[in-house]
Amino acid sequence: MRDNSPAASLLGGFIASFRRDLLIAARHKAELTNPLVFFLIAVTLIPLGVSPEKTVLALLAPGIVWVMALLATLLSLDGLFRSDYDDGSLEQMLISPQSLYFTVMAKVLVHWLVSGLPVTLLAPVLGLMLSLPIEGYLPLLASLALGTASMSLIGAVGAALTVSLRKGGLLLSLIVMPLYIPVLIFGASAVQTAVQGGAIGMQLAVLGAFLALAIVLAPIAALGALRISTNG
Amino acid sequence: MAWQWFHRLGSPRWFYEKTTPWLPWLATLSIALIVTAAVWGLAFAPADFKQGNSYRIIYIHVPAAFLALAGYYIMAISGAVGLIWKMKLPFMVMKSAAPIGALLTFVSLVTGSIWGKPTWGTWWEWDARITSMLILFFLYLGMIALQQAFQHRDTADKASAVLALVGMVNIPIIYKSVDWWNTLHQPATIKFTSKSSIDPSMLYPLLTMVIGFYVFYALVLLLNTRVEILRRENRTQWVNDLISTTNKRA
Amino acid sequence: MKFQFESIADFIAMNGHGPYVWASYAITFAVLIFLLVSPLLQKKAFVKQQIKQQKLAQANNSASELTE
Repeated sequence: MRDNSPAASLLGGFIASFRRDLLIAARHKAELTNPLVFFLIAVTLIPLGVSPEKTVLALLAPGIVWVMALLATLLSLDGLFRSDYDDGSLEQMLISPQSLYFTVMAKVLVHWLVSGLPVTLLAPVLGLMLSLPIEGYLPLLASLALGTASMSLIGAVGAALTVSLRKGGLLLSLIVMPLYIPVLIFGASAVQTAVQGGAIGMQLAVLGAFLALAIVLAPIAALGALRISTNG
Repeated sequence: MAWQWFHRLGSPRWFYEKTTPWLPWLATLSIALIVTAAVWGLAFAPADFKQGNSYRIIYIHVPAAFLALAGYYIMAISGAVGLIWKMKLPFMVMKSAAPIGALLTFVSLVTGSIWGKPTWGTWWEWDARITSMLILFFLYLGMIALQQAFQHRDTADKASAVLALVGMVNIPIIYKSVDWWNTLHQPATIKFTSKSSIDPSMLYPLLTMVIGFYVFYALVLLLNTRVEILRRENRTQWVNDLISTTNKRA
Repeated sequence: MKFQFESIADFIAMNGHGPYVWASYAITFAVLIFLLVSPLLQKKAFVKQQIKQQKLAQANNSASELTE
């Protein structure tokens, strides 16, 4: 028995797309670990380049972990629609009767699960290496979880715009990075304020608001961008 | 009938021919306003009692900053009109607006930095307005880079229109965030100008310059759009006729 | 409305702020002039190129008429 009600088909499309993308991601283990390795190496460069002094590192830790997490997310964006574009399944997807908003949403969600979430989970370890004070860890996890999700969504628009370009990677970073600045400001500030013993409800609320706004608007923009990229 | 002019905008030829007689007027007006305001601001407006004569940079810094921001909105709205009504002309306006806006942002950054040296004693200060301007500059650069990356003109137009719109939605958020970030890190001790206390004798030359810059912007945008029109319509009969008549006259 | 400086030399010096003020104005006006001149030059280059192409097309036409 198939349920043909609109709600079920919406959800069905979402789930099918989600499962397919997750399966593909699971089969490309290297792509999964690359952002994490980048994150680790990039953070390691800081003590080597600046100073291994604990007080200096503790002061810089919130900002550095956040900036590096941002860059790691950025680097993983290029693959978001790339393989689907190359093998033509993106065009198939765009002419399918399913609600495309949810299909894009599923793709972004998978992207976050394989890049943003691991980066978030690795962040406390890197915080430890940079001697981040103890008060900073929970805010770091919370702000990164909210922030990387927003960044995956915003980045999806950039990835959709540049998917048809052969060398879109650097251009993608160029157009997306300025858009990440508000997320970075509030994310890093949440950790910093927590370390200094302040309340961070406001920063997390703003990050949540960014995420809500991004959930509503970003998939629509990304979808428009995908249509443009595939027609060209 | 009221919408007729709007539909005519779909025709680049109509626009080109319509705007030809405007150019000398705009040029005369903008140059007159800018020269008057520059002389007024440099020589006749009183010196600021705190900053002395260095404040005279305001007469070019603020108008450039205004137009830099307004230019982004003009660019994004043109892009939106092009996407929604599927017209060619707004995309040409959008494409022309990007480098103009980027240059004006650059001017406001450089003059702000030069102004900072005698005022704050440093060439660069992470002040909220300067930082926002810098980010606006990045947005413009991204826009130009995206436009140039595509081989196909139609795709380039539409893709950069989407980027401009995303940027437009983000600009208020970026400005508010940077503002907030700034109050966090620096108590509001250094400010460029307190807006409430600007004397009319200083304000009038500034307003003249702002109007002058707006007219100048309109002129330059028009000139660039007209060249873009010619380039894109270079196979059409009317452009060919236009070229032959200018050729005979020369 | 009066001239704010004692002399022209004073006007140029601007109480020591002269270099900053004049450099700002110079850069701004250089950019404004560039903005104005660049589309004019581009148009000139375009017209020149179009004329060349028209001539080429005419030459081709007359050449094909001769062979017929």
